Amino acid sequence: MSALLEVSNLKVAYGKILAVKGISLTVAKGEIVTLIGSNGAGKSTTLRTISGLLHPKAGEITFKGEKISGREGHEIVAKGICQSPEGRRIFPRMTVAENLDLGAFLRNDKAAIAEDQENVLVLFPRLRERLYQRAGTLSGGEQQMLAVGRAMMGRPELLLLDEPSMGLAPVLVELIFDTISKIREMGTTILLVEQNALAALDVADRAYVLESGLITMSGDAKELLRNDEVAKAYLGG
Amino acid sequence: MANQMTIGTPTRKKKGGDALSQKKWAMGFVIAAAIVYVLYGFVLSRLPFGLQDFFRTWLPATSLNEALVWVICALGLNIVVGYAGLLDLGYVAFWAIGGYSAGWFMSAFFQQVNIHLGGTTVVQSRGIHISFWGVLILAAIICAFFGIVIGAPTLRLKSDYLALVTLGFGEIIPQVFVNGENIGGFNLSNGTKGITPLDNINLLGKQLGPFDLSQKYIIFVFLTSIMVFISLRLRGGRLGRAWLAIREDELAASMMGVPLMRTKLSAYAVGAMAGGIGGVAFATHVNGVFADRFNFSISIILLAMVVLGGMGNVWGVMVGALVIAWVNSTGLPAGGNAFNNVFGTNINFPSYNFLIFGLVLVLMMLFKREGLLPESRLKMVLHEHDDDETMKAGA
Repeated sequence: MSALLEVSNLKVAYGKILAVKGISLTVAKGEIVTLIGSNGAGKSTTLRTISGLLHPKAGEITFKGEKISGREGHEIVAKGICQSPEGRRIFPRMTVAENLDLGAFLRNDKAAIAEDQENVLVLFPRLRERLYQRAGTLSGGEQQMLAVGRAMMGRPELLLLDEPSMGLAPVLVELIFDTISKIREMGTTILLVEQNALAALDVADRAYVLESGLITMSGDAKELLRNDEVAKAYLGG
Repeated sequence: MANQMTIGTPTRKKKGGDALSQKKWAMGFVIAAAIVYVLYGFVLSRLPFGLQDFFRTWLPATSLNEALVWVICALGLNIVVGYAGLLDLGYVAFWAIGGYSAGWFMSAFFQQVNIHLGGTTVVQSRGIHISFWGVLILAAIICAFFGIVIGAPTLRLKSDYLALVTLGFGEIIPQVFVNGENIGGFNLSNGTKGITPLDNINLLGKQLGPFDLSQKYIIFVFLTSIMVFISLRLRGGRLGRAWLAIREDELAASMMGVPLMRTKLSAYAVGAMAGGIGGVAFATHVNGVFADRFNFSISIILLAMVVLGGMGNVWGVMVGALVIAWVNSTGLPAGGNAFNNVFGTNINFPSYNFLIFGLVLVLMMLFKREGLLPESRLKMVLHEHDDDETMKAGA
């Protein structure tokens, strides 16, 4: 299996505090891989390091066989990794259309950008209704759709999703996870970070369980779903 | 689902609407500028004496020209503060560097050399004499260079820290000029005595001295128009979008692939260029550069112009700059005199200018935070504080 993304022995620190203590993981082309764990386990830190917002203290990240750790954020976007960040971070005073437009910031192929915008709007019809409305006036769920759609506009090979279900009503969580499957069917590989382990394991092919900066379990998502320890710790049963 | 009827791409709130309103403003600016030119160049001298006197008191030609210099600089600062959201409290540094560029390159100051390049003086006179237009370009390049030199280490800082460091540079650079009389035996700036007089401006074969106000007015209007044009073009383009994204959310902008440092530096450099051009214009306006004029209050007044006018909106900033420049140079002294004459008081109004500015700014923050002409009115994105809270909460 040739890995699209390979993280090996990654350590990330905030000052002197080690948040990620040496983890390794791989994501193969076409997969949905999820990283689950509780608050402060280091999930978002891992994701932010992959997308170049944080720099590792040790270890290496390779994407398509090329070392990307230590590069700046915008260089990594150019390589084909886009992130929908935790807390959505849409541009609140810009319109939905302008937000989507910024997602395609590094691209020049106008026709293809228009095509991708259409794809995003098919995926999220609600965004079409709100296209020229300021993004800050959207509801939480719509903002999450926009954040995912905006990341899609970069035409990523690997899409990083950080807590897409955070703070959403159950019906919207379902919709977001349905969309994640659809995005994979469109040919995008996904690395998903989630606290909602049940939903994440349900949609994913493989999963890693992160606990205080270390991977404690990994494997087939459906098997983890049936694992007693996982159930006890993350699935409320 | 009846709801489905409403689904469908809403018609775009026309970009044409923005362009139209921009055109209206641009037309208005050109017409107003032309009316003022005709009024001062041809009509005023034929008016009855009382009316002439009124204009001389309340709107003298020299304060008009000065106001245009302020507009040029405020538009430059607007790119840094209004577009890219980088709070710069040391903008006076670029005004000073631009001023000294004029001092160095269009006067007899550097007696050591004898360089002529399209200047207006006779070839025998020593010093560096480059044409006004050449100096404009030179000053813009020098300021952009210093903008990058200052910006490269400081722009890694955020918000308040950035403001403090720029404040520091805004103090350092004028101090260098104040004390620059003897740098290891080299006279850089002639200290507080300043560099004066400057060469004339050559315009289509004519030479304009310090008193050719109405011709210089045309030049200043021209420079202002260029700044407006550059601001609007940049705003609508890719770089402008990157600036706005950084202003909105730096981290998210980086995730979209916006190169943070390069984009911020370019805002700083473009802003600095405008400061340089304004500095050259101001130097020719007062026919010299004087180190002690470049003080902190200039940075603050420029910032007040940007905030009062409406951050990010070119036309708003222009109106803000014109109003504050007029109040400073003419409104307060003339209005104060009138007040004193009517009420028999003896109040020194100009000395209260900062008190009044402070009050106006506080009132603006309380009642009209987005400025006189907020950018959103032009159906562009930016800056409306009223609904800020709900937006952040995001429902």
